[in-house]
Amino acid sequence: MSAAKNINITLKIWRQKNAKAKGSMETYKLDNVSTASSFLEMLDQLNEQLINEKKEPVAFDHDCREGICGMCSLYINGRAHGPDSGITTCQLHMRMFNDGDTIYIEPWRSKAFPVVKDLVVDRSAFDRIQQAGGFVSVNTSGNTIDANSIPVPKDDADKAFMAAACIGCGACVATCKNGSAMLFVGAKVSQYALLPQGKVEATQRVLNMVRQMDEEGFGNCTNTGACEIECPKGISLENIARMNREYLKASLK
Amino acid sequence: MAKSALLKSSIVKKYWMALTGLFLCLFLAGHLAGNLQLIFGTSLQFNEYALFMTTNPAVKLLSYLTYISIIFHAIDGIMLTIQNKKARPVGYAKTDGSSSSFASRNMAVLGTIILVFIATHMVNFWAKMHFDKNMPLMVKEIEVQGNKQKFYVGTQVGQFFPVEQVAKEGEKPDPVTMLPKQFVIKNKTELHYSQADVKAADLYKDLHKLTVDFFKDPKFGLAFTIFYVFSMGALGFHLWHGFQSAFQSLGVNSSKITPVIKFVGKAFAVIVPLLFAIIPIFLHLKK
Ligand code: HEM
Ligand code: SF4
Ligand code: FES
Repeated sequence: MSAAKNINITLKIWRQKNAKAKGSMETYKLDNVSTASSFLEMLDQLNEQLINEKKEPVAFDHDCREGICGMCSLYINGRAHGPDSGITTCQLHMRMFNDGDTIYIEPWRSKAFPVVKDLVVDRSAFDRIQQAGGFVSVNTSGNTIDANSIPVPKDDADKAFMAAACIGCGACVATCKNGSAMLFVGAKVSQYALLPQGKVEATQRVLNMVRQMDEEGFGNCTNTGACEIECPKGISLENIARMNREYLKASLK
Repeated sequence: MAKSALLKSSIVKKYWMALTGLFLCLFLAGHLAGNLQLIFGTSLQFNEYALFMTTNPAVKLLSYLTYISIIFHAIDGIMLTIQNKKARPVGYAKTDGSSSSFASRNMAVLGTIILVFIATHMVNFWAKMHFDKNMPLMVKEIEVQGNKQKFYVGTQVGQFFPVEQVAKEGEKPDPVTMLPKQFVIKNKTELHYSQADVKAADLYKDLHKLTVDFFKDPKFGLAFTIFYVFSMGALGFHLWHGFQSAFQSLGVNSSKITPVIKFVGKAFAVIVPLLFAIIPIFLHLKK
């Protein structure tokens, strides 16, 4: 890897005062950005510059900054989480960009994810889908059975684990031309459908989660596969197929 | 399941898209097998096929299923597309198409081209075959004692009727001899004896001639051929994404079977529209 250097870039960023306001793309020049910095550090640098100029800093979501919480978002140069694969925006580095580049930064665009401010969107629609069925009911009165006492075939356990890697970031919705949430819901349905603990409530789970997903105003999957490519956690389309099977089984019951 | 979910749920709409789409793939295969007789069969074989397709009860049932599938598939597809557009009211300033294929992003446009094609195709061939009073009857030239003579062809083996012996519906007897011709055509395709009202034979409609003339038309034949080939291109792209997509919609996806489905889908998407498209080109260029 070549040594870090400093680059000068132009940023085109969506600015929007609040949920009601009409937003627009604004242009900013930012000089001396180290290619060793992360994308979010670059935005921190921009915000310092804006604060020094007595301007409103750019609002964006972030928390862990290590790719596990799912808070960061950003549609960068036309791609969710920017131009690299298998990473979240907080894991994106400025070495992916060149001196003189213009970088577009936009919020996730979906009817179900309304913009709160600038680049921050409200992803509580995902929480409501989870609340509709993305759980197993457990007796917590002191007789809880240890999960490991129930044998699970290795292959199923692996697949459930891979589905459970979803961090609920919403990149799948952002990148899908239909604004569909089926990769997220597919992952959440699969994670339980594959395990004995989840089978008990499988019928109601898939019906309720899909109903909530539709009510939130997400679009319909047309199997373009863009979500699978942009998902930072490599959630596969197999999970959507499994949800479709689960839904068919549940509907016929 | 709540009844309304049959149409309302996003996933159920997808099942319907997939089932109707796959049924239409079967229809395409059957239709292609028949059409290929325009290249590899005789005109009689093609007209036999056309007659079979318009009269056989099993085919009738299948054809109604096909009409329903096309209508349902188109309406459902357009409804889905409108909903999907609404799911993103504000678009992106910058997009990058690298994470999905052209075909998968344009199913509705491709489908609409196919729909327009199907409509023109029905007007040009299906409606003529079913309703047109001036639909030509099949005539075969046979050499009789060194002279070429024209015969109408009956649907039973070996039925040939000299054209000059057959009066058109409502035709007056020859003004000179005052003798009526031996046969008369009734109900478009029935050959009756003109003296006793007895049916002698059923005649073939000449869909073969209609089709060949259509694509050889001096004025529009080239345009018709180009439009046909263009539409088959759209169908190819539609199937390139659609075939494998339907299996995913129905929940069939595994590391074992999906590569096979994708391979078959791509082969189907190339071969079927290509063979369809070769036929008008062949007819247009035929001497
Ligand atoms: C012979 C004609 C046709 C065949 C064989 C065919 C086949 C298919 C197949 C197999 C699919 C995939 C279904 C899925 O993903 O579950 C599909 C999707 C689609 N078709 Fe067709 N189709 C035909 C005509 C049409 C027409 C006339 C339209 C009219 C607009 C249309 C619009 C669509 C749309 C919008 C989709 C994508 C829907 C989605 O994935 O949710 N198709 N088609
Ligand atoms: S499926 Fe992937 S892209 Fe979608 S929310 Fe989960 S982690 Fe994010
Ligand atoms: S900030 Fe937690 S995943 Fe990016």
